[in-house]
Amino acid sequence: MKIVGLSGSKVGSKTRTAMNYTVKALQEKYPDTEVTLIDLAEYDVQFSDGRNYMEYDGDTKYVAETIMEADAIVIGTPVFQASIPATLKNVFDLLPVNAFRDKVVSILVTAGSPKHYLMVEQQLKPILAYMKAQMVQTYVFIEEEDFYRKEIVNDDVLFRIGRLAEDTVVLTETFSQIREAKEAEYDF
Amino acid sequence: MEKYRIDKNKGLEFGIYTLGDHLPNPLTGERISAEQRLHEIIEYAKLAEQAGIDFFSVGESHQEYFATQAHAVVLSAIAQATEKIKIASSSTIISTSDPVRVYENFATLDLISKGRAEIIAGRASRIGLFDLLGYNIRDYEELFEEKFDLLRQINEQEVVNWSGEFRAPLKNARVLPRPQSGSMPIWRAVGGSPASAIKAGYAGVPMFLAHLGGPATVFKRSVDAYREAARSRGYDTDELPVATAGFFYAAETSQQALKDMYPFINEGMKKTNGQGFPKQHFAQGVDPHNIMNIGSPQEIIEKILYQHELFGHQRYIAQIDFGGMPFDKLQKNIELIGTEILPAIRKYTAKD
Repeated sequence: MKIVGLSGSKVGSKTRTAMNYTVKALQEKYPDTEVTLIDLAEYDVQFSDGRNYMEYDGDTKYVAETIMEADAIVIGTPVFQASIPATLKNVFDLLPVNAFRDKVVSILVTAGSPKHYLMVEQQLKPILAYMKAQMVQTYVFIEEEDFYRKEIVNDDVLFRIGRLAEDTVVLTETFSQIREAKEAEYDF
Repeated sequence: MEKYRIDKNKGLEFGIYTLGDHLPNPLTGERISAEQRLHEIIEYAKLAEQAGIDFFSVGESHQEYFATQAHAVVLSAIAQATEKIKIASSSTIISTSDPVRVYENFATLDLISKGRAEIIAGRASRIGLFDLLGYNIRDYEELFEEKFDLLRQINEQEVVNWSGEFRAPLKNARVLPRPQSGSMPIWRAVGGSPASAIKAGYAGVPMFLAHLGGPATVFKRSVDAYREAARSRGYDTDELPVATAGFFYAAETSQQALKDMYPFINEGMKKTNGQGFPKQHFAQGVDPHNIMNIGSPQEIIEKILYQHELFGHQRYIAQIDFGGMPFDKLQKNIELIGTEILPAIRKYTAKD
């Protein structure tokens, strides 16, 4: 199973910190999975110009292709201006409309306050649904006060991250088993 | 329809097209050489002619996994190897070519083939050729519209005066040689949405409508929109042919056809488009109302006749060879078309 952790912003450290914990949780609990972390702060990704994702070069091609090859994606995003950051939206815009077909996507959010708790429901999930993702419905919402010097200091958040890792893998396995059984029924 | 060399009395024309893809056979993982692929395409056209098929066309895609970038050259070899089958491009990407050179090539092809050549001009679904040939993808729409207009003007006027944004002006230019009958059929390639079909209608040019899959009724919207747009500009739609083009595979049973074709489509699309063809969607391809002509010969006959009733089109063009399909499977399909499918379609669509 290939899992990609996508840290969706170039600003700040909270999302990346939380993603580090998530990747570690996945690797410890599921050593057989192949986990790749893409932190958009470390890549020079161009804006989508409408071409097929395979026709980009360099970092843009790498990011798009790595996501397309994944079975599951854990998206980490901060809240910017009551929504997701442009860097993350651009990744969606680089990909085809059905990019997340047969993939599981789970979500982790970092925020300065709880004021935009529903941002995921209103902004992110509609995009993922349109792109055909199977979503882990429960997401982890982490606030400023849960961090101290690039560490998570709230056990509840750590437990939630553990459950998010587990739900992502369980759902991916479940869907792929159901799909394989269904496809075998087609007999072609 | 005479201008487009179509005789309505003969019923629905049947054609074959290839994108000229050059992909490994997913069952063996092996890929034939580009040389062999090109020779097989020429042989494929010869077999099509022998089976009584009306039309054969070759496309250009400038990227990995394709072999017919120089499609006019391939068509020229096909012209030499055949005698009666109509030959065309599907499509010529006019946006990134010089319409004068394209017309010279295809008018020459028309003379070599003794009046059998046609041009289908398109905008490209894969855009790698913009970089390769030095064009800006931001001019995607305008490059096509301007160059397509010029191509049609060259076809209609022996002496051309023209100026535009993307090419040096033409002053009293004579583009030679001329096709056998002075002009040749030029189609607009349309894929997907009715918006593109409407543009073909406004210009009053024949429409080549490509389709992947889905209910045939969805594509009827494009056909209707095309004719409506043409009528709104004063064109007589009885004089404007429509062609449809998409996946085709005939086998003993529809289940066998799905089994034979699926790995080629799925793996081929993964390599050329980056996404496979979902099995669930492909399974629906055998439904009588699905646009994909996959099934037993009898089922395909019924599908094509149903589509003919919906669209009232003049030509259906089948794509069979995608994804590294081995040549013996193509031969078998051509044989089924020639012996079972074509006679039935002609019987039901020809006037007397």
